[in-house]
Amino acid sequence: MSAFDTSFIRVGAESRTRPVRTARQVISLQRFLPFLLPIVVIAAWQLGSAFGWISTRIMPSPAAVVVAFWQTTISGQLPNNILVSAGRAFAGLLVGGSIGFLLGIANGVSRLSEQLTDTTLQMLRTIPHLAMVPLVILWFGIGEESKLFLTALGVLFPIYLNTYHGVRNVDRGLIEMGRVYGMSNWTLFRKVIFPGALPSILVGLRFALGIMWLTLIVAESIAASSGIGYMANNAREFGMTDVVVLTLVIYAILGKLADVVARTIERKALRWNPAYQN
Amino acid sequence: MSAIAIDRPRTEADHVAPPVAGAAAIHIKGLEKSFGNNRVLRGIDLDIPAGQFVAVIGKSGCGKSTLLRILMGLEEPSTGHLRFEAFDGKDAQPNTRIVFQEPRLLPWFSVADNVAVGLGEGVPTEVLRKETASVLSEVQLAEKADEWPSSLSGGQKQRVALARALVSKPGILALDEPLGALDALTRISMQELLNRVWRELGFTAVLVTHDVSEAVHLADRVVVLDEGRIVLDLVIPYPHPRRHGNPALAELEGQLLAAILGDIRS
Repeated sequence: MSAFDTSFIRVGAESRTRPVRTARQVISLQRFLPFLLPIVVIAAWQLGSAFGWISTRIMPSPAAVVVAFWQTTISGQLPNNILVSAGRAFAGLLVGGSIGFLLGIANGVSRLSEQLTDTTLQMLRTIPHLAMVPLVILWFGIGEESKLFLTALGVLFPIYLNTYHGVRNVDRGLIEMGRVYGMSNWTLFRKVIFPGALPSILVGLRFALGIMWLTLIVAESIAASSGIGYMANNAREFGMTDVVVLTLVIYAILGKLADVVARTIERKALRWNPAYQN
Repeated sequence: MSAIAIDRPRTEADHVAPPVAGAAAIHIKGLEKSFGNNRVLRGIDLDIPAGQFVAVIGKSGCGKSTLLRILMGLEEPSTGHLRFEAFDGKDAQPNTRIVFQEPRLLPWFSVADNVAVGLGEGVPTEVLRKETASVLSEVQLAEKADEWPSSLSGGQKQRVALARALVSKPGILALDEPLGALDALTRISMQELLNRVWRELGFTAVLVTHDVSEAVHLADRVVVLDEGRIVLDLVIPYPHPRRHGNPALAELEGQLLAAILGDIRS
């Protein structure tokens, strides 16, 4: 019994002398942890390709993807196509997002507007917007309009739903306070309704960003003569798996980038909210 | 029951501080309010002189909150008259402000910006800053001006709400159970604060509460509502500020409680 007690005390004393070092080690390990899995996978992939276990016709080696990145960057093909795709993405987000936002505000504030349009919007929402691709090609061919239309349509509904939901859920007590304190409709919107709905609107924005890239990938693969989706499809025809994988990586980076931007906006715009104070 | 005095002349005890220029008298005559078949107010006659502190008490559902909402213009009376009279005897729409039971602060505005809401639109920034700072130090929250409301305690939030109501120097201040959600100690210090600002600023105050002790400590006059009628109108003839534990006040408290709970006991 006494031996057990002694060992217990020693362990306790030891851990008391080391907390600073272990804390630092834990932090650096935790920073590293999210990257562990991708690094292992990429290393195994590179090894597999180098030893010929993975056919380059199915999957290029990571090194080949890096080379493809370098070559297409120097030739200007990659930056140009990224610019074209990003331009389309944000044009679609701007158009569809604005429409969704305005409809969401209008239907959240006005009963008449809600009765007039909400049922129709809910009905349209259930149609997968990518099912419109054949019709859109018939309407616009493979020009810019088809991509703009599809992206705008895709982002419209998440922004509409979340804006509407946000406006509807603004604390009634705050609105009553605003009215009693003599706010005009515009002031009430600016100071109470919009900031109150903003957390929900930003959730809608993040949903919309995901849908925006998804729509663009599909639209560009099917009907385009430029852009990253086109680049991937073109590479497929020539069997250039390295370029195909490169485009996937680019999409992942662009998607992550958009999400980081949205998160940053959230943290800045919602810093009053304890849930975002960190 | 000699303390009952409906439509009595104004007495010295009605207010201690002289009312501010903007303080308005309230004249209510034959006021009724129904929601569907539910008659919430059944003929209220009440004259409140400028600068008086009136407490309206009663059981839940007696119509006291509805009366306050009508005063604030949040509800229209079904029948009856409501008239505001300025200090010079003319009819006027006075500057009326309210403190709700919940603070109802805008969480996305700083404390100072929340107070500034009380000033309304089109006030020059200089004036806005000066008035906001002065009223915040009045409620002893000057050092919290730049914080978010979420970082304040319940009592502090309610003090910000009071500052927001006071910043425009209202002629009438409506208080809808403003201390109901606070703990007992915070409530006592808030009562002292309310009493002090009322004596300093001299507005007409209408306090709706179901705390009899609070009513007796703060008000010049306590009106008891029951089923939409005034059943007791009691003057509290003691100077402000009043000490908690005063036996004379306790006596009045008992009298009021008996009036409120009367039909339950019998």
